[in-house]
Amino acid sequence: MSDCCAPPPFIPPVAPPTPGSLRTVALIGPPNSGKSTLFNRLTGMRQKVANYPGVTVEQHMGVMAGVGRPDLVLIDLPGIYSLDPFSEDARVSIDVLRGQMPGTPKPDAVLLVMDSLHLTRQLMLAAPVLALGLPTLVLLNMSDLMEARGGQIDALELARELGAPVARISAFKGTGIDAVPLFLHQQTERTPAKPLVLPVLGNAASTHQWAAQLSHRTGYRAPLSVEHSRKIDDVLLHRFWGPLLFLLVVFGVFEVVFSIGQPLSDGFGDILARIGEFVRTGLPPGWIQSLLLDGAWKGISSVLVFLPQILLLFLFIGILEDSGYLARAALIADRVMRTIGLNGKAFIPLLSAYACAVPAIMSTRTIENKRDRLATILVTPFMTCSARLPVYMLLIAAFIPNTAYLHGFLGLQTLTMLGLYLAGFLAALFTARLLKSSVLKSSDAPFILELPQYRMPTLRSLGLRLMDRAGVFLRNAGTVILCVTLALWVLAHLPVMHTPSGSYAAPELADSVIGQLGHFIEPAIAPLGFNWKIGIGLLSSVLAREVMVSTMGTLYGADHATQAMHLQTALHHDLSLGGALALMIFFAFAMQCTSTMAVVRRETNSWKWPAVQFLYMLALAWCAAFAVNHIVMALGG
Amino acid sequence: MSRIFPLLPRCLGQLSETGNVLSELKIGDSGVIVALDLPDSVQNHLMHMGFVPDAQVKALRRAPAGDPTVYAVDGMEVALRRETASAIEVRAIEDLETESLSAMIEAAS
Repeated sequence: MSDCCAPPPFIPPVAPPTPGSLRTVALIGPPNSGKSTLFNRLTGMRQKVANYPGVTVEQHMGVMAGVGRPDLVLIDLPGIYSLDPFSEDARVSIDVLRGQMPGTPKPDAVLLVMDSLHLTRQLMLAAPVLALGLPTLVLLNMSDLMEARGGQIDALELARELGAPVARISAFKGTGIDAVPLFLHQQTERTPAKPLVLPVLGNAASTHQWAAQLSHRTGYRAPLSVEHSRKIDDVLLHRFWGPLLFLLVVFGVFEVVFSIGQPLSDGFGDILARIGEFVRTGLPPGWIQSLLLDGAWKGISSVLVFLPQILLLFLFIGILEDSGYLARAALIADRVMRTIGLNGKAFIPLLSAYACAVPAIMSTRTIENKRDRLATILVTPFMTCSARLPVYMLLIAAFIPNTAYLHGFLGLQTLTMLGLYLAGFLAALFTARLLKSSVLKSSDAPFILELPQYRMPTLRSLGLRLMDRAGVFLRNAGTVILCVTLALWVLAHLPVMHTPSGSYAAPELADSVIGQLGHFIEPAIAPLGFNWKIGIGLLSSVLAREVMVSTMGTLYGADHATQAMHLQTALHHDLSLGGALALMIFFAFAMQCTSTMAVVRRETNSWKWPAVQFLYMLALAWCAAFAVNHIVMALGG
Repeated sequence: MSRIFPLLPRCLGQLSETGNVLSELKIGDSGVIVALDLPDSVQNHLMHMGFVPDAQVKALRRAPAGDPTVYAVDGMEVALRRETASAIEVRAIEDLETESLSAMIEAAS
């Protein structure tokens, strides 16, 4: 096949400078090349996720226990099309491969994975990767599928052309993976290199021509395009059925999260509370018991209780993404999303946010454009999450009469609830427009969406994804929540009081530091119709919105005047109708969620955006609550 | 210039003098890419997805709302919004089958 001269003998590739020095291996490949599946297979369950310093690119690392080499570290580089430094992902990859990424060792070898079904295009990444001169093993993934569909490639000839060994594998089935440990084993022996003819790097047209010629010379024949994906799309992207099925999927997400996830979360919460009570009986009463249970355990439970719902949501999104439908959903939603300045890929995060903003923000990773992604992250907490519901329900039950309209079809309470959902949604739209027309304007970042072929999601990849996301959620949200809960506990228990018998006692809530803080912020919230008690509720709800309910419960329980009343009745002592409505609007807009802020910090890799987001939402909440309170007062409410 | 005013050079009248643009392809029609007129980073991204000069593109289907449009290029399906597709200049070809991909690659090499 080689065009002119006699074909050179096949020689194994470049070796590392010192034998036996192999420590770190990098895995690189274009998006949709099956890189993640391969990474999971090579590392098994042992992997860790972190962010590269200074950027929002996620770093996946694991030891290669899946192929019996637990002494080797595998770094999963972001899925990229080229090493041209236009994207953050590509810049990170270049830095890692050159050993210039702080905290990441220079890789001793590279595994380059490519999708055999689209080899010509995928080969474009081979040129810049091989040019780095690192020992490289080229893995032709999905070879079984390619051959089954009538495609072919001369792998030996490709190896000769590239000067690097080539293996056909199926990451999905695990076939051919043996080539990886074999290659890594050989890398401990010295072998000479073969000069490689490369295209002009950094020039996409030249690289494409190189790749096209290369695939021609190696006898590559692309498989027949899969008609089944197009046939499925004839229905799923149909002018009429497409949007209808899309709405059904949306409805399905809601249905799963609320009808199945909510009872699961509630039941889980009961179990957690019982564990707490059980431990309480085993501990001597005193400040240690209080710190552990009312402080630490309460904080941990408040995070854990969302886990069933979050995992369910991620399972759902995982199935949609792995099957290939998520890309179609983005395509259908794009026309609507662009009217608010976002793109179709922002749809699923915004939808997920109706359950909880934390997984929603974590799922914005599918948005490649950094500015669009940031805008989505910043508007997501406006969507009415399930943690707002207990607060809304309490206030609505206490202040809104259930007047029936339309012959009992719509109640005033339901209307109020719908109004609050609408208020959050409109605030998200407004903020998205504001951001996209100012700081996050991105005229040179269009919507480019690859529609992958439909695939059957595997339990293995869904399971790994769930474990991965659950771990991230618990580590990041959990640690911050724990710190804040402990801080709140300390604030509520200082200064230390002494009972006449000399033992420790917590101060009255009004006299505690947090009570004094409530008094301190009272002038700022008085125009909204809130007094210092509501102030304490607001302060404690910075932890998580639903904490407001239990705080108010504790507060009234401790006060003799309201001790014997229901919470709803007691609230009338402190709130007028205007104040109650203002409080609801305040909750609709304000960022009272430490988990969300922790996740935003993690995803944007700085405290700047969570701080901006917190202040912006606080300002909006304050203004809206002020307006509502004064309008209701003016109307004589 | 195109980076500052991304929509400016894409007025249809201006480009249709030299040829057609991708966004004007009818569903089911194919074209051969002549040139891309987009900011560097976008152009680079598109070229690595197969939108290179001399590549064949077929307009496959429009999204239910009429935009974006799904194009088949290099064995992949990629959706582009009209504003992006209108910055890609194409030469229409009558019949997809007359000009096979392998013949084009031979011509290129």
